[in-house]
Amino acid sequence: MDMNQYLSMFIDESNDHLQSLNESMMGLEANPEDLSIVQVIFRSAHTLKGMAATMGFEDLASLTHQMENVLDLVRNNKLRMQDFIFDTLFKSIDALESMVEDITGGGAGKADVTAIVSSLQAIVRGEVPSAGNASAEVTAAASGNASAAQVFLDEFQYSVLEQSLQEGHQVLYVDVAIRKDCQLKAVRAYMVFDLLERSGEVVKSFPSVQDIEQEKFDYGFSLYYITQKDASEIQKMILNLSEIEAVTAVALDQESLRQMGQDTAAATAEASAPAPVQEAAPTAAGIASPSSSVHPKEENGKAAPARAGGAPSPSRTIRVDIERLDVLMNLFSELLIDRVRLEQLASEVQNGDLTETVEHMGRVSGDLQNIVMKLRMVPVDTVFNRFPRMIRDLAKSLDKKVDLIITGADTEMDRTVIDEIGDPLVHLLRNAVDHGIESITDRIAAGKSETGTVHLRAFHSGNHVFIEIEEDGKGIYPKNVLASAVKKGAITQEQANTMSDDEAYQLLFAPGFSTAEVISDVSGRGVGLDVVKAKISSLGGNVTIYSTPGKGTNFSVQLPLTLSIIAAMLVRLGSEKYAIPLSSIVETGIVKQSQIRTIHGNRMLEFRGSHIPLVSLSKIFSIPDYDESTEEETEIVVVRKGERLVALAVQDFIGQNEIVIKNLGKYLPEVQGISGATILGDGQVALIIDPNAFIK
Amino acid sequence: MAEDIKVIVFKLGTEEYGIEVEKVQTIERMMPITRVPKTYSFIKGVINLRGVVIPVIDLRGRFGIEEAEHTDQTRIIIVNVNEMEVGFIVDSANDVIDLNRDIIDVPPDVVGGIKAKYLDGVAKIGDDRLLIMLNLSEVLNKSEIVQLESLEG
Repeated sequence: MDMNQYLSMFIDESNDHLQSLNESMMGLEANPEDLSIVQVIFRSAHTLKGMAATMGFEDLASLTHQMENVLDLVRNNKLRMQDFIFDTLFKSIDALESMVEDITGGGAGKADVTAIVSSLQAIVRGEVPSAGNASAEVTAAASGNASAAQVFLDEFQYSVLEQSLQEGHQVLYVDVAIRKDCQLKAVRAYMVFDLLERSGEVVKSFPSVQDIEQEKFDYGFSLYYITQKDASEIQKMILNLSEIEAVTAVALDQESLRQMGQDTAAATAEASAPAPVQEAAPTAAGIASPSSSVHPKEENGKAAPARAGGAPSPSRTIRVDIERLDVLMNLFSELLIDRVRLEQLASEVQNGDLTETVEHMGRVSGDLQNIVMKLRMVPVDTVFNRFPRMIRDLAKSLDKKVDLIITGADTEMDRTVIDEIGDPLVHLLRNAVDHGIESITDRIAAGKSETGTVHLRAFHSGNHVFIEIEEDGKGIYPKNVLASAVKKGAITQEQANTMSDDEAYQLLFAPGFSTAEVISDVSGRGVGLDVVKAKISSLGGNVTIYSTPGKGTNFSVQLPLTLSIIAAMLVRLGSEKYAIPLSSIVETGIVKQSQIRTIHGNRMLEFRGSHIPLVSLSKIFSIPDYDESTEEETEIVVVRKGERLVALAVQDFIGQNEIVIKNLGKYLPEVQGISGATILGDGQVALIIDPNAFIK
Repeated sequence: MAEDIKVIVFKLGTEEYGIEVEKVQTIERMMPITRVPKTYSFIKGVINLRGVVIPVIDLRGRFGIEEAEHTDQTRIIIVNVNEMEVGFIVDSANDVIDLNRDIIDVPPDVVGGIKAKYLDGVAKIGDDRLLIMLNLSEVLNKSEIVQLESLEG
């Protein structure tokens, strides 16, 4: 079978499961007694294992398998979660992540995980409370039988079993493990079924018979079986087949069956109730035995599709290649252009019916445009969800205590922004934990609680999304920043004396600037906040710092909702039209030639009490048929980059418009002052001015 | 016996050039071009090709031949090379011919006004027709353009 067509699906789903593993592990760490979380983790690991095995990624499958063994003990209350178990499991998840990454990059997902595997195996061997009983369980699990522990009876099957018991038949629960080196395990399984069906009836099997026939199972399966023969007899019969590793057949009586029925009805919570664990002789153990062995299986069967345990219910979505959306957008903008043309024609023709139809079409296409836009919106959650794990590791390696509180994870942004924003945020968060939050002793000394808090917030405001990273750490002292800047020669002492606090904070974004006295493993490796700033600026956003010394710091990142549609002011310069992004326009106005002064050879303009440079677009762009210097009055657009302002001279304002940003293609070199192009209603291309380029 | 290739034939001045048909996306009539400031003089600007913005090069300018007025015959050939979509303004384009690879010869050092490195070869069709096969990757090579510009400027 050609697996390539499933590869992208496999990668997507694996990433989902890895994410869920990470999240659940974090949840479990906060709440180690909650066995329902273990169930969630187990299921994710199990699904991952199954998918990896189907796709032929053996290393991935075997590592998840080892994880399952550990988790299996935990959920059966045979093992208590401890720090080093958490660490080992986290390491395993990391290893899985890198394998999946390798697969994403076209690799075979191979990795040397022997160290992790052996520590996982050590956990399985070493941490079992009662050696005798558990060893049986462990070998069963190790022989690839963990998947078999998933049989869930529905009401009908339950009543069939119950009736059979009443009629004096034997009801058996059979667990079969096939040897790992078995070549045709489906055939082997078929032989088992064939054998069983000669002397009884299989009521229910897990995996289902279809799955088994298609080899969609590991090396084990379980089933409920009605027969006249004894459990031991059945066991012997199956063992007589070749390539069978182990068989357990447990006879159920009315009591134990009823117990299972109750378990079926019981809520997930019951899984966390410690059940006595005795995998002993069926007759003697009576109620306890089947219940303890069957119990978790039901949990699995029931919750597998629904993802219980606090995980969000799966939303009904489909995955679409982003390029298809781009094509859709292009087609759509063509439609809009035609619409404008139709509207023009209709107004010329003056036909009532035609005008009405065109107007209706206008409304429909307006709605359509909204929907097309929304298709590209993704919740920031997709970026945020990897941060809890990162903060945990970071806090651990720095020996600090940190709570990460995320709010507004459902805030939506354009996919293109989401893809770019991850790295800057990682950097800011590392910065917050490393430089912001103090060590435990320092916090206690400062009269704070020993656990620091980092808030990660996202929210909409106007046409922007804000992402804030706020901690309650030691804050930034402007004086220290200035002193450090002077020492590094970034500014002079005189400059430092006149700088405001805000200006001092802005120095943090200067290249090569770090206030950290000790270069730590986490940050300060030469990649500074300047990179963060540059990245965010390139997305059309900006970063602001608010800090209260001693109380904490807030990095506020402002980002445009989408990179593909912006509000812009269209201006005319001679025969050419340009678009200026509205977000950077402060105001527009008209100045007289006499108001323009020349200072040091630069043309300046008085604007609200200060002088700002007047930039001649006609000169910079060598516009053939316009020059503002010949005019008595000039229209200007005042644009802003951070605190700095510049006036751009234009000929006319055309008006405000929503424009779809297009890039200029790969061939054109970087054009200074131009950030892209857009297509106007008449089909003409207008260039988009990048105001930042005029402000040095 | 080498295989036949299909070639789009276009004219610059009196010379005939060829581009393999797979590399040509469409051939368009002249349309409004939006000038892009601060770029090479032979880049005439960008056009809106059904919703996609595509840069347009005057091929005469690119080869250093004197530029000509646009006429009814002027065409924009949209090519797609190395994931770059670019339009070439040419004097006319009206022929598609089958060409056997065997008859494409190594180009002489200079053909007409253009340098040999832009050429894949020269094909002689019939008795008096010479077809100059373009090497599009070289024509669109930007690092070389930078040198060219700095030499000129």
